[in-house]
Amino acid sequence: MTAVANIAGRQANPWTVHLARISGIKREVPGISTYALTFEDAELAQRFRFEPGQFNMLYLPGFGESAISISSDPERSGMLGHTIRVSGNVTRALARKNVGDQVGVRGPFGSAWPMPACRGHDVVIACGGVGLAPLRPAIYHVLNHRQDFGRVFLLYGARTPNDLLYHDEFDSWRDGGLEVEVTVDLGDADWHGHLGVVPILFYRLRLNAAKTCVLTCGPEIMMRFVIFEALARKLNPDKIFLSMERNMQCAVGVCGHCQMGPAFVCKDGPVFSYKQMEPYLQPADF
Amino acid sequence: MKSSKLPVGAFVRIDKPQLQAIVDQLQQCGYRTVGPQLADAAVVYDDFSTLDQLPIGYLDEQDGGYYRVRPSPDAGYFDYVVGPHSLKRYVFPSHETLLECRLAEGRWQLETPPAEAVPLAVIGVRSCDLYALEMLDCVFLSGPYADPNYEARRRNLFLVAVNCRRAAATCFCHSMQTGPAVHAGYDLALTELADRFVVAVGTERGGQVLAHCDWGPCTTEEISQSQEQSENLRQAMQARPRAARRAAADAGSTRPRGRSLDTTEIRDLLLNNLEHERWAIVGQRCLACGNCTMVCPTCFCNDIAEVSDLLGEQVRRERRWASCFTAEHSYMNSGTVRKSTTARYRQWLTHKLASWIDQFGTSGCTGCGRCITWCPVGIDLTEEVAAIRGAES
Repeated sequence: MTAVANIAGRQANPWTVHLARISGIKREVPGISTYALTFEDAELAQRFRFEPGQFNMLYLPGFGESAISISSDPERSGMLGHTIRVSGNVTRALARKNVGDQVGVRGPFGSAWPMPACRGHDVVIACGGVGLAPLRPAIYHVLNHRQDFGRVFLLYGARTPNDLLYHDEFDSWRDGGLEVEVTVDLGDADWHGHLGVVPILFYRLRLNAAKTCVLTCGPEIMMRFVIFEALARKLNPDKIFLSMERNMQCAVGVCGHCQMGPAFVCKDGPVFSYKQMEPYLQPADF
Repeated sequence: MKSSKLPVGAFVRIDKPQLQAIVDQLQQCGYRTVGPQLADAAVVYDDFSTLDQLPIGYLDEQDGGYYRVRPSPDAGYFDYVVGPHSLKRYVFPSHETLLECRLAEGRWQLETPPAEAVPLAVIGVRSCDLYALEMLDCVFLSGPYADPNYEARRRNLFLVAVNCRRAAATCFCHSMQTGPAVHAGYDLALTELADRFVVAVGTERGGQVLAHCDWGPCTTEEISQSQEQSENLRQAMQARPRAARRAAADAGSTRPRGRSLDTTEIRDLLLNNLEHERWAIVGQRCLACGNCTMVCPTCFCNDIAEVSDLLGEQVRRERRWASCFTAEHSYMNSGTVRKSTTARYRQWLTHKLASWIDQFGTSGCTGCGRCITWCPVGIDLTEEVAAIRGAES
């Protein structure tokens, strides 16, 4: 399994929760908001670093913890963003919070998108729905170091045009040298873009199989078909990376809930190469 | 003879009642002393101070879904084998507070309370359970984060091991190479002979405790006799016919029965057969009660639960034993991953015997047989593996 990519912010006691304040709430699309958090401990705020793809455990006393990927720019310290879809107990409670309220944070945990391995490659970032959130730090990384990468495609899909996350940033991403292709399942009267699922966007690409990496995050079924399209284009399973979601309660590989075969998704993942995960994606209910 | 110096690796002899002196000395040193006891018609671990609290003179009979304890004139101090309890409950308690939160004047105060880790001596630990402890060490201490509570309790643990001289029909430590002889990880190890114990010193502090009782030097015969006793048991376990069911035994056979597990390439055997038809067959028998995970000395899955007062101003985060046989275990807001009992049994067995090897470099099974004994329907993992191997007897 991949080594833990980042040990910055490692703490002696993994159960210690650090308090942060909500410094900003941005309503992105219906049911999804981005929370900017600032640690109360100024020294920790200064020291805290993460890599694209890592996650924090966000804690609301009495409600519990939720594993949430970090969606802000890893090179802008002091600014810690989490884009959160209301889907369960903790996220529903979080949706009732306001600027200035306290949130507990443990992290960062987990493996990162392999940005060094993507260097010198074309990069296809394929994601669906809120799956764009854990990839936004990777997009920022690409934009910050644009000359290190070849062509970079963002293939993004959502249910409707109103569900497109970060759509106000797409133009600046295009200006920064990203080729952004967007699709929706269900268009409306004003929609002039693609219709259909994310994997169909692959048909527009001419890929150099030997020099292309794929980063994907979204519903498992979407990732499976993204991987199918990538393999059909003779991409190396070593160069296809996916971010998995599982029940996580400890984030340090001792609660056992997130296991997928030999992997603890929390500490060996959430980012895996397809090669690592291939045997465990197929069997039903594994 | 009393002396303050007994080096690691030394063997001495004590009269059986002298075990009391060891217990007394441990208590003198501030240890809480725990040992096997009869309760609820089973041998369990509990606090004790005097030897008459031990189930001396009792034997246990175990089989798939079957456990009985009975007195026997032939039984010595430790001739029952393992009961439902293991060391797990002492290093990884079933309920434990990890974080305390208090809301005061609109601000949360969060604190990680220190671990409850009183010095604890456990007397009568078997080889399989010492290996289980090693496996738990890998889980809780080997990663990038060490669990501080586990670590504190582990450091305060004093272990008086016992070499088994009997095996239950459910025991298969010989297959897992975890016994029956105690190898390492103990402070003192007892071998029970007819009228005395041969005691091996495993650590310096073990030697210091032992020095306070009335011991005598061992003859070479006593040492070799104690070693032969374990080796003879191992050979006898190996020679037993595999997995004869209790029903068959009741029909009159008096041959000693037992279990074994062929571990050859077992990781690949299981992970390459995730769609084997046998999973569905055992999934139909399995009640998904989770008993096997509770009695397993290495099953470590746990939930983190919120325990709150009614006002939501005093909150504890509590770690509790969990089981991969529940639907909640793999629950996400997008759905439960392992929806069927079949999928959950497959997860348990493939984790225990296969993916554990990837994760921690050893099997997660010690061959203690508890999961077989305490399964209400007598599911036997050795039988399931044999079936997947296509070697059903």
